[in-house]
Amino acid sequence: MSSLDSHAGSAPHAGGHHGSYLTSKGSLWADIANWATTVDHKKIGVMYLTALLILFFLGGVMALAVRLELLEPTRSIINAAGESVTTGQRLAFLAGDGATANNIYNRAMTLHGAIMTFMFIVPGIPASLGNFFLPLMIGAKDVAFPRLNLASWYVYVFGSLFALASALVGGIDTGWTLYTPYSTMTDADHWRLVAMVTGVFIMGFSSIMTGLNFVVTVHKLRAPGMGWFDMPLFVWAIYATAIIQVLATPVIGITTLMLIFERLFNFGLFDPRMGGDPVLFQHFFWFYSHPVVYIMILPAFGVISETITVHARKPIFGYRSVAFASLGIAAVSFLVWGHHMFTSQGELTAAIFSFLTFFVAVPTAIKVFNWIATLYKGSIVFNTPMLYTLGFLFLFTIGGLTGLPLATLSTDMHLHDSYYVVAHFHYVMFGGTVIAFLAGLHHWWPKMFGKMYAETPAKLGFWLVFLGFNVTFFIQFVMGAHGMPRRYASYPDEFQWMHIISTVGSWMLLAGFLVHLFTFIHALLQGKTASANPWGGMTLEWHADSPPDEHNFEHEPIVKHGPYAYDRVVPPHTDPQDYPLPEKSDPN
Amino acid sequence: MSTINPSSGRDVPTGPTLPHDTVEKGHHWRTKDDEFDAGKLGMWLFLGTEVLLFAGLFCGYAIMRMLYPEAFANGSHYLNWVYGGANTLILLWSSYTMAAAIRHTQLGDRARAQICLVITWLCALAFLLIKFIFEYGPKWAEGKRPGVLFDYPYAQNAMEPMWWSLYYAATGIHASHVVIGMGLIGWLIIKNAKGWYGPKNYLAMENIGLYWHIVDLIWIFLFPLLYLIH
Repeated sequence: MSSLDSHAGSAPHAGGHHGSYLTSKGSLWADIANWATTVDHKKIGVMYLTALLILFFLGGVMALAVRLELLEPTRSIINAAGESVTTGQRLAFLAGDGATANNIYNRAMTLHGAIMTFMFIVPGIPASLGNFFLPLMIGAKDVAFPRLNLASWYVYVFGSLFALASALVGGIDTGWTLYTPYSTMTDADHWRLVAMVTGVFIMGFSSIMTGLNFVVTVHKLRAPGMGWFDMPLFVWAIYATAIIQVLATPVIGITTLMLIFERLFNFGLFDPRMGGDPVLFQHFFWFYSHPVVYIMILPAFGVISETITVHARKPIFGYRSVAFASLGIAAVSFLVWGHHMFTSQGELTAAIFSFLTFFVAVPTAIKVFNWIATLYKGSIVFNTPMLYTLGFLFLFTIGGLTGLPLATLSTDMHLHDSYYVVAHFHYVMFGGTVIAFLAGLHHWWPKMFGKMYAETPAKLGFWLVFLGFNVTFFIQFVMGAHGMPRRYASYPDEFQWMHIISTVGSWMLLAGFLVHLFTFIHALLQGKTASANPWGGMTLEWHADSPPDEHNFEHEPIVKHGPYAYDRVVPPHTDPQDYPLPEKSDPN
Repeated sequence: MSTINPSSGRDVPTGPTLPHDTVEKGHHWRTKDDEFDAGKLGMWLFLGTEVLLFAGLFCGYAIMRMLYPEAFANGSHYLNWVYGGANTLILLWSSYTMAAAIRHTQLGDRARAQICLVITWLCALAFLLIKFIFEYGPKWAEGKRPGVLFDYPYAQNAMEPMWWSLYYAATGIHASHVVIGMGLIGWLIIKNAKGWYGPKNYLAMENIGLYWHIVDLIWIFLFPLLYLIH
């Protein structure tokens, strides 16, 4: 690799060039057969992206239904015939089993949670952007086990179908945490729950396959010259995530199996009537599900580390500490599961878990401070990825800091299971992961599809999403602190004005996402052709064509400078985009 | 036509070129060694997940045993250590034949490897037959069943259904691993018959061998916990 722009606008390469991975195979059927059996990580990444966005849409519809329901304390709206019906009754025809409006509300809420956590956010960034860019960023032709990669997509879709089948026959109303004994005792028609839990079990395999694949890929397929500390931070983040995926997911595997046995045969392990312990389920569940919170957020940290350095034209501040912080978060994530159960365990245990929980703040704060230090004196370009990156810093900081009162025993006793918790984890999951996902999607869109998106509508989309998100969720901190419990369809009148604000915010969010959908479709159909390196990035994926060649690189790249060597390779105050990078043997 | 294999010193028949001589590395690997190492690393990671899967069961066992020691002592009295011991010996022997199959493949002795694989497969079958015919079947018929299905009139402890729940969960999930192992080893037998494995190409056999060892290893832990400790 001589320089960054060696591919841009150059004549077709002689030999070894197979054309873009998006090149059609001829007929539509040939294309479908080609995509369905592909082992190309880029196509699998795009397939994941498609499936994820469909599920995100379904989960979003459920969220809108939940918010619409909460618009009125009595939950009634006027239908077309002028009758007053609750939204639950409107949705009830979907269930067709005489469920009450409250049941329907609970099912919509559960479905929203289950789809968004298990099917969207957990696989989200690693499976889509990670699949596409991890091999590119380390200069590999593919992931270590391409067929396993394809299998993981099919397993993921298969598992999702199980979960959606449960939704189509009415859905479950346990909340996404599936707590026993509620999930084993209520609801005579248990097949819905078994289908959902089986879906989660199956998707766990997909998660393990992806994680395992990424760990081996990072260990074995880095390009010549790329040491561990020459890896882009996105790769570090995905690597740390993959380790958690491999270590935590088997535990949810056995937990879901136990839950299925419990539901089908009343095993009694979690049933107090038979000598079991429901808190044991909570321990098992959170031993997986707390590390999973970091499966959701670590890849987002990786995306932000990439976007912030490229769009501020500065080397990332404290590269090694950001890299180690990823591993630190991965390690601490396994020690803090008990903080979800402060109200159902002994005081000493709770105090220990509280103490351990505060430790997560250290590596997380290291990252945030390093990002802010990266921005300092940077040449910040306020394009959509950068706006989302700044939005991430703002929202994630709120999300992180509002976690502290929940990690503190005394305040948690008051805030437990209130809307404060809802607001907190939406600020982390949505304000963190989804916002970073959108930053990454815009940042890498030209590389993935070879087309630029239109900047102005994309910025409009950002502002609608950013403001809509804050309108929806900030008020929920207030609501929760005032005592509004989560998971209730009806509530005292005094909370109504806050719920109205929140629901209106959810509509703004919808508008924002529709704008983004429009910009993405517009970009695919009519977008300007993207150059190989539209942002002036220095990581290896920008050395490939846009969209990349079927085998990623014309020649195997040899790494001669670190991923963010803006200060050493590009003269100060120059736009790297215009500057052909010289050969450099000095690492980092 | 035959040649002497230099590493084993045995007389090895060489017929027409077999598939294992022509197997290429995947296009994304620099060398075949890299591919081999990656396959091994991936398998070890997967085995880690298997250990963690069973760790949940062992954790449940430990907690319930601590809560209800008498029920668990009673429960293990119902199990016959002779069947469990026989199964332990069968699995240990099959682990040996599996390892031997890999060694023979490395040395290029396809026929002996095939015999070892078949013995391994038959051992797995024997394990399952003993489990189902002499243990699950009669116990289920007597009413020694998990959870609410428990219907054994002479139970000495109210918590015995819990014991049977854990017994069936642990041995059942283990047995399902044995079934998967039989499928994988059966696949090896078919591919080995077609000549896919040889000194240069035995990664799949080695990985399935590792899987089979962990199936054995988990039983080595289940056997004393369920059958021997009173």
